[in-house]
Amino acid sequence: MSLLAWIPFYPLVSFLFLIILGKRLSWRLASALSIGAIALSAISSALMINQLSAADSGIISVKLWSWFSLGSAEVNFSFYLDSLSAVMISVVSGVGLLIHAYAAAYMKNDENFSRFMAYMNLFIVAMLILVLADNLVLLYLGWEGVGLCSFLLIGFWYQEKENVLAARKAFIVTRVGDTAMAIGLFLLFKSLGELNIAAVNESAGALWQIGDELPYWIALLLLGGAVGKSAQLPLQTWLPDAMAGPTPVSALIHAATMVTAGVYLIARMQGVFLLSPEVMSYVARVGALTLLLAGFAALAQTDIKRVLAYSTMSQIGYMMLALGAGAWSAGVFHLMTHAFFKALLFLTAGSVILALHHQQNLLKMGGLLKKLPVESGLFIVGLLCLMALPGTSGFFSKEAIIAALWSSPTAGPILWWGAILGALLTSIYSCRLFFLGFLGASREHNKVHDLHHDQPSVLLRWPLFLLALLSLFGGLISLDFSGVFSSALSLDMAADEPAWLHPLAIATPFIGIAFSWCFFKNYRDNKGAALEVKDTAFNRFCGDGLGFDWLYRYLLVRPYCLLANINRRDIVDQLIMLNGWYVRLWHDALSASQNGSLRWYAAGIGLAIVFLAGVITL
Amino acid sequence: MTAIPLNHVLMLACILFAIGFIGVISRKNTLFILMSLEIMLNAVGVAFIGAGSVWQQADGQIMFILILSLAAAEVAIGLALLLRMQRRYQSLDIDKLSELRG
Repeated sequence: MSLLAWIPFYPLVSFLFLIILGKRLSWRLASALSIGAIALSAISSALMINQLSAADSGIISVKLWSWFSLGSAEVNFSFYLDSLSAVMISVVSGVGLLIHAYAAAYMKNDENFSRFMAYMNLFIVAMLILVLADNLVLLYLGWEGVGLCSFLLIGFWYQEKENVLAARKAFIVTRVGDTAMAIGLFLLFKSLGELNIAAVNESAGALWQIGDELPYWIALLLLGGAVGKSAQLPLQTWLPDAMAGPTPVSALIHAATMVTAGVYLIARMQGVFLLSPEVMSYVARVGALTLLLAGFAALAQTDIKRVLAYSTMSQIGYMMLALGAGAWSAGVFHLMTHAFFKALLFLTAGSVILALHHQQNLLKMGGLLKKLPVESGLFIVGLLCLMALPGTSGFFSKEAIIAALWSSPTAGPILWWGAILGALLTSIYSCRLFFLGFLGASREHNKVHDLHHDQPSVLLRWPLFLLALLSLFGGLISLDFSGVFSSALSLDMAADEPAWLHPLAIATPFIGIAFSWCFFKNYRDNKGAALEVKDTAFNRFCGDGLGFDWLYRYLLVRPYCLLANINRRDIVDQLIMLNGWYVRLWHDALSASQNGSLRWYAAGIGLAIVFLAGVITL
Repeated sequence: MTAIPLNHVLMLACILFAIGFIGVISRKNTLFILMSLEIMLNAVGVAFIGAGSVWQQADGQIMFILILSLAAAEVAIGLALLLRMQRRYQSLDIDKLSELRG
């Protein structure tokens, strides 16, 4: 059997071992098992990508077994590797490996360590199935699998109510998108009779014209699924709360891999999306709105992980914007570089949080540059990439996106300005985060905990260095998607590009840095005085994520609870309970007759005889 | 001696039987219940004898003798039970005995 089929298999075996043996495994054994499995997957992925570059067709596929058949169509359990899924598996297994190594050290003292690693492994299995699936049913299996793991890991510390609520919220909100996606898949199957991705992309183009109604609805419903999973407007509210999980989880699931599944889905279903330019422009607008919203929200956060969560949301907004504008490869490229630098940022933040005894409040940090020089350096690298300063990997991918926007028929100058404003916001909130946390003097004089006292420094440091290297030089990796993405959408190169476009795009982060240097002066020069976020309307509004939670609470949650309250005694239930009520009635009547009184029984016998005599004679 | 029509005999038997039955279900005192049972047995005996005289057969009278001996046996046991009951409950109220719950 091809090596391809083995890639998700190793973590699956490791997951089974970890979940069955559980606490009987020592830390050393459990971490060796889980990291080893991911390492095997990563090596296999590298070998497969090597094979792929040698393959003539640019595609490697392997059929494991036939899953079930739907009418004439057969749904197989089979994997499909082209250059798009190759990028995804290398990100999932590569970045996943580094995060696993870090997580093993980070979670070392947790009593449920092996359960944690088991869930992480299961997540990798599901994610690999998602990106390797050759048909949409298998993709959906992986899609739901990663959702489940996200739920399990957000609520990993389930003794605290807050975490459980966050997990539930993430699960329910993404389920809204998943339902839309499932309906889209049904519609797709009904009209094409086919669920194999390559075949769908091909026959959709043959069957429909650009602008037909059916592909419009299908693409819109698929976008619904992508929006839910990738935390885009209007289903973005779950991501900031998802930071309740352990930090490596935030790095792996809620920054590097799972939240980009929506981007992958849209890129994968390119054939359908290209048939509906309207939905493409919706994708672009959703991305642009989300990146602005998240940028503003990140400006007012005080929790270091929430800042990073909003920044993830906004970077995925960039990817969506790229996809919507038809810059497919730029979007996927940004997906990859974002996975590198966001994983780096989250893991470094994890080290900081660990060193400060689980202090996540930026207002209580300060002066970390002196206390934790190595982590600070790594964090700076991550922030530079996030701000897309020239030379870093973020620069290459983000500039590629911004460059494609102006002349794209589905994006245009307005969205270009949105992206520029987003870049400006990115650099402002990055600087604010850095000034608050790392410059000035320490505000809470908490002792910095020696990270390498009881955690093995090899695992806690080296993944960060590797990720920093990838973040800095990942932009030099050249991705060739010519085989996957057809460069359609080049209807007419609409607007002419003015000469100042590119210089402005490159200069934007610097403008943001200069602005924050002046504007956040009291954060920068803080001498240890306590800080407070001013309670202005703007701060409150942004701090709440622009009021979406509030809106949904009053628009959806409250009315739903009200209805549920009214229908407390379920009407349908009452109909079913009628049966029980009828039986109970007879039970009561008959048990009342069994009263133990002899005369009553004698009367019963007599009446029965009279009755029977009457029946017989009449 | 004019023959008494069978109808009359059967009517008498029915009335006696009904009186006995009503006595069984309406009386509380166990002694009276036993007496009512005797009335019912006698009602049956009347019907047998009536039928025997109509068909000129001895079977009816034999049956009545059987019933009489059965009644004697039943009364012997019944009265013994009554004595036990009086000892135990200090009353002959049949409803006091309704301890067996369905």
